[in-house]
Amino acid sequence: MKKKKFDVGPYLYIMPALIIILVFRLVPIVLSFIVSFFQWSITGVGNFIGLANYSKLLHDPEFWQSLLNTFYLVIFVVPISLVLSLIFASLLNNIKALKSFFRSIYFIPTITSMVAISIVWKIIFNQQTGLANFLLGKIGIAPLGWLAESRGIFTLLFNYFGITLPAWLGGPSLALFSIIIVTIWKGLGYNTIIYLAGLQNIPDVYYEAADIDGAGKITQFCRITWPLISPTTYYVLMMTTIVTFQVFSQIYLMTGPPIGGPLGTTKVIVYYLYDKGFGESNDLSYASAIALVLFAIILALTLFQKKLEKKVHY
Amino acid sequence: MRTRTPVIYFLLLLCGISMVIPFVWMVTTAVKSPLEVNKGHVGFIPAEEYPVYSDDSGEYRVKIIKTEGDSSYVNVLNKDGQIIRSFFKIPSREIGKERKIKFHMENFLIAFQKVPFGRYFLNTIFVSATVVLGVIITGSLAAYAFARMRFRGRELIFYLFISMMMVPQPVYLIPSYIVLDNLGWLDTYQALIVPWIANIFTIFLLRQQFKTIPQELFDAAAIDGCSRWGILWKIVLPLSRSVISTAAIFGFIGSWNSFMWPLVMIDNPKLRVLQVGLSYFSQEASSQTTLLMAASTFSILPLLVLFLIAQKQIIASFASSGLKG
Repeated sequence: MKKKKFDVGPYLYIMPALIIILVFRLVPIVLSFIVSFFQWSITGVGNFIGLANYSKLLHDPEFWQSLLNTFYLVIFVVPISLVLSLIFASLLNNIKALKSFFRSIYFIPTITSMVAISIVWKIIFNQQTGLANFLLGKIGIAPLGWLAESRGIFTLLFNYFGITLPAWLGGPSLALFSIIIVTIWKGLGYNTIIYLAGLQNIPDVYYEAADIDGAGKITQFCRITWPLISPTTYYVLMMTTIVTFQVFSQIYLMTGPPIGGPLGTTKVIVYYLYDKGFGESNDLSYASAIALVLFAIILALTLFQKKLEKKVHY
Repeated sequence: MRTRTPVIYFLLLLCGISMVIPFVWMVTTAVKSPLEVNKGHVGFIPAEEYPVYSDDSGEYRVKIIKTEGDSSYVNVLNKDGQIIRSFFKIPSREIGKERKIKFHMENFLIAFQKVPFGRYFLNTIFVSATVVLGVIITGSLAAYAFARMRFRGRELIFYLFISMMMVPQPVYLIPSYIVLDNLGWLDTYQALIVPWIANIFTIFLLRQQFKTIPQELFDAAAIDGCSRWGILWKIVLPLSRSVISTAAIFGFIGSWNSFMWPLVMIDNPKLRVLQVGLSYFSQEASSQTTLLMAASTFSILPLLVLFLIAQKQIIASFASSGLKG
């Protein structure tokens, strides 16, 4: 075989994308490690401080609070969204007429901007002039504090029955729960579409065979649908988790003043890093450290779920 | 089976209502009278309540000025709202109440003019369109190389790209700010456009598509003397229209709705994109519910119209993002 001449062509084709990705993805990620080791603000570079930012993080109650709030968000949003979207998709999969109509209706929140949606929902949750309390009033329930309520949802629930819960069992504040509702509502359409695509991939013959064998609907769901849909479940689980960890807009627009309120119960990690980096303290290096912790958490979860995926695939 | 169908439709309708109720309420509140909203009128019907007084000649709308004992002094208004009798004394109990539906369409105009929304729209359209164009160009070129050419480091570079895709946006927000600052690009259109004109997901999507094109087509074209560049334009791209439009849809919606990035990178009010402008507006007009709802409505509208026109394609695009490539 003759030796080929070096072909510069392919490199020219990938060059534009490569330059952008190097300069605006790889360099920033490397830079964020460096920045987190220095005193670095909008005004310029400072001294090398090593791991000081990270040890400061460990003793920063605001950081732990925002981490806890973020976990609350994920723990509530992901399973609820998963179950609801699977129900929506199963219902849709059982009809013929109006299928695409309903599908489109469910999908509208997905394509609308979080900013506009947050503005609307903030007014919905307004204590005096909001739709939420108005509708509760129609069914005879006393108005709630929603975004202004810092008490935990379990505390409120048990209070209703006259039981006082210890503070650590209170759960997310009602304010954070309002954010949870909006986040679920916004992502439901997308997850439903994904599930529907998954359900449509299951061949009808399985169900027909099960019908002949006399298996009930619930048995069919547990033995056929759920196992065969597991790759989709894995995808929905992973995407929803990653997206929910990065919630920012709804916190920025719906809560406060001050943002993250009441009593810091809606402060999430991405808002906290934004506030540290671009708020009053302008501490870009501390914000970078927070960002990297977030990255580490998401990476660890992704790897963990990848392990899980191997177990659930059929 | 058949007997269950109505139940399914009922449940679907229930779910559907819960998904659209916020939008319906947004629009109906946007056309309400600001006074009614401030009075605590919450429902879905943009109705107004006002006092009326009737005598032999008909029913008139009145404006109560003051009440003394059993009688009130009122201004009597005609249909156009002009005062036809002022300081008219009538017994209070004869003042009735009437509800009338009225759409205050002017709220949209007031909101639109309160801050330069026109400018925000133009900025957003310019940024989104440029980003989409860039994403398609860089994506097609790179995907073509990854799918159809052999070169040293191909796998390495491809995996570098894929691993970059795993990094969430908030993580590179701060260092990107520093990079853009060093380039002198903060507060410029470049800051909104250039970092986004290469999209790894698009490259991945297009690469999958380009791989499916049969090798025979390439061979035949090469025999006919078609160059690599020519094959891309005459064969590869025309055969990949639907995937390219998928990528364009993702790019456009993503760019149109992006918020945190422009919020951080842009300070100059003239360069504000729609989402950032809307966010500032929501702080300035925080107590003016009708205007906030009106602004939210017209901010959502362009994408909603796009969605209604191309819903099949858009939903199929999103659905395909979940299938394993």
